[in-house]
Amino acid sequence: MNNVAIPILALGLIAGAFAVFSVAIASITGPKRYNRARVDAYECGIEPTPQPMGGGRIPVKYYLTAMLFIVFDIEIVFLYPWAVSFDSLGIFGLFEMFLFSASVLVVYAYVWRRGGLEWD
Amino acid sequence: MNKLIGAAQGLGAFGLDPLWLVALKAVGIFVILVLVTLITIIMERKVVSWMQMRVGPNRVGPGGSLQSLMDGVKLALKEEIIPRTADRAVYWLAPVIACVPAFMTFAVIPFGPEVSIFGTATPLQLTDFPVSVLYILAISSIGIYGIVLAGWSSGSTYALLGGLRSSAQMISYEIPMGLSFVAVFLYAGSISTSEIVAAQAGTWFIVLLLPSFIIYVMAMVGETNRAPFDLPEAEGELVGGFHTEYSSLKFALFFLAEYINMVTVSALATTLFLGGWRAPWPISLWESANTGWFPMIWFFGKISVFIFVFIWLRGTLPRLRYDQFMKFGWKVLLPVSIGWILIVATARASRNIAGFDTATTARWLLIPLTILLFISWIFEEVKNRRSKRDVELVEDEIAEFDPFAGVHPVPPLPGQVTKSEKSALQVEES
Repeated sequence: MNNVAIPILALGLIAGAFAVFSVAIASITGPKRYNRARVDAYECGIEPTPQPMGGGRIPVKYYLTAMLFIVFDIEIVFLYPWAVSFDSLGIFGLFEMFLFSASVLVVYAYVWRRGGLEWD
Repeated sequence: MNKLIGAAQGLGAFGLDPLWLVALKAVGIFVILVLVTLITIIMERKVVSWMQMRVGPNRVGPGGSLQSLMDGVKLALKEEIIPRTADRAVYWLAPVIACVPAFMTFAVIPFGPEVSIFGTATPLQLTDFPVSVLYILAISSIGIYGIVLAGWSSGSTYALLGGLRSSAQMISYEIPMGLSFVAVFLYAGSISTSEIVAAQAGTWFIVLLLPSFIIYVMAMVGETNRAPFDLPEAEGELVGGFHTEYSSLKFALFFLAEYINMVTVSALATTLFLGGWRAPWPISLWESANTGWFPMIWFFGKISVFIFVFIWLRGTLPRLRYDQFMKFGWKVLLPVSIGWILIVATARASRNIAGFDTATTARWLLIPLTILLFISWIFEEVKNRRSKRDVELVEDEIAEFDPFAGVHPVPPLPGQVTKSEKSALQVEES
């Protein structure tokens, strides 16, 4: 029987075992010298900035980037099967992809014009 | 599933290995990746130091060759410090999440053709299925979780910023990376790595699809957080980035994941564009170059060329500013790669349907493209001249620069004159 998933799982198990072992062994092999300053966040070596409660706020730019990523990732997801069966789709496939890319590029142009791609 | 594999030619050879062979191959890949990481680290330190007229590490082992191994041992014996503000469970989990996908992506990279291991014929590749490049993209994206969670769980401002930057950077450059593959799939007619290598038996895809390759190389440097795109680790701004608060072997795991990712993207570039394990031209004239265990030499040779380019870039180029970097990814690489895909598709369709040969297609595509580029160049030139003239008009009256206008005091740039300097100038003139 062709089972192509088992080798991936085997490699994942080995890597996972190695990673968990490394993370766990570190607390055993190393020395432990406790003092108050040591368990403060290091940041850049001086007194750490107080952390906001509940994680604080993150600039909206990052969410915007994530949303844009999804838009174009969906385009990629459609492009892959199209590329694989391109030869059998013929002229229809070509025009469909021009139309599809054009519709995505409308979104792209809109985002660009509205300053969604500016990062400052 | 089985039907699919049966239908795809050449993929039937995968998934037939007995369990002992699967285990052997998996352990083999794991050991190779750890070894390659150790070699890459020492190679990087040596090459960078030669580029900077230093000797580099030369104490441990012959010529310093065991330095990275000793560094690993040293890290294991270091104290593990977990900041009080850290979210402990996620803080523990993050290095594991970063490290495991890095190893797992290598499962579908073809190292060579069919060989015989202890009398069992098997392809020199752990496994393969019809969508294996998609699998690589999917699994390597999981590694981003490790980085962003590491930054978030550390309870430190710089680590959080580094993690966010890193994730924004990686997802931004994943799009040009994914788009650069489309042209390869178009020509190979498959998303399986072994079939893509088989499709390059004649001409490598770097020859046919050079722009795709260039886009991929730029995207892969951004994707692995390497110089000149190593903004998540910009020391001057963020201390160490997402791993600032990590110590001991947990830190080593992040390092390991970064170097394995470097090797993986190089291996992917080799597989998709440089003919995979196939011998380069003068050697390929030798008949047995592409049989048996020899292809592993060509494969790792090609990877080490990529690794050298990574190191070379680090030794040569200064780091980009974050806004420049994002602008380059979203406003240059993305439209260029979509345009290139449409060009390739048109060329392919014109060959399939109208029966044009390559020269005719190239002529029909190149002439309008050149005209288009020329028009856009003139357009840009006119725009530049106009804006330059505007700037000159403004510069005629020397604007006074107030260093305390914003929240922070800012030193004047060349060409800007502060109030005191201006009055001094006026005194001199009178």
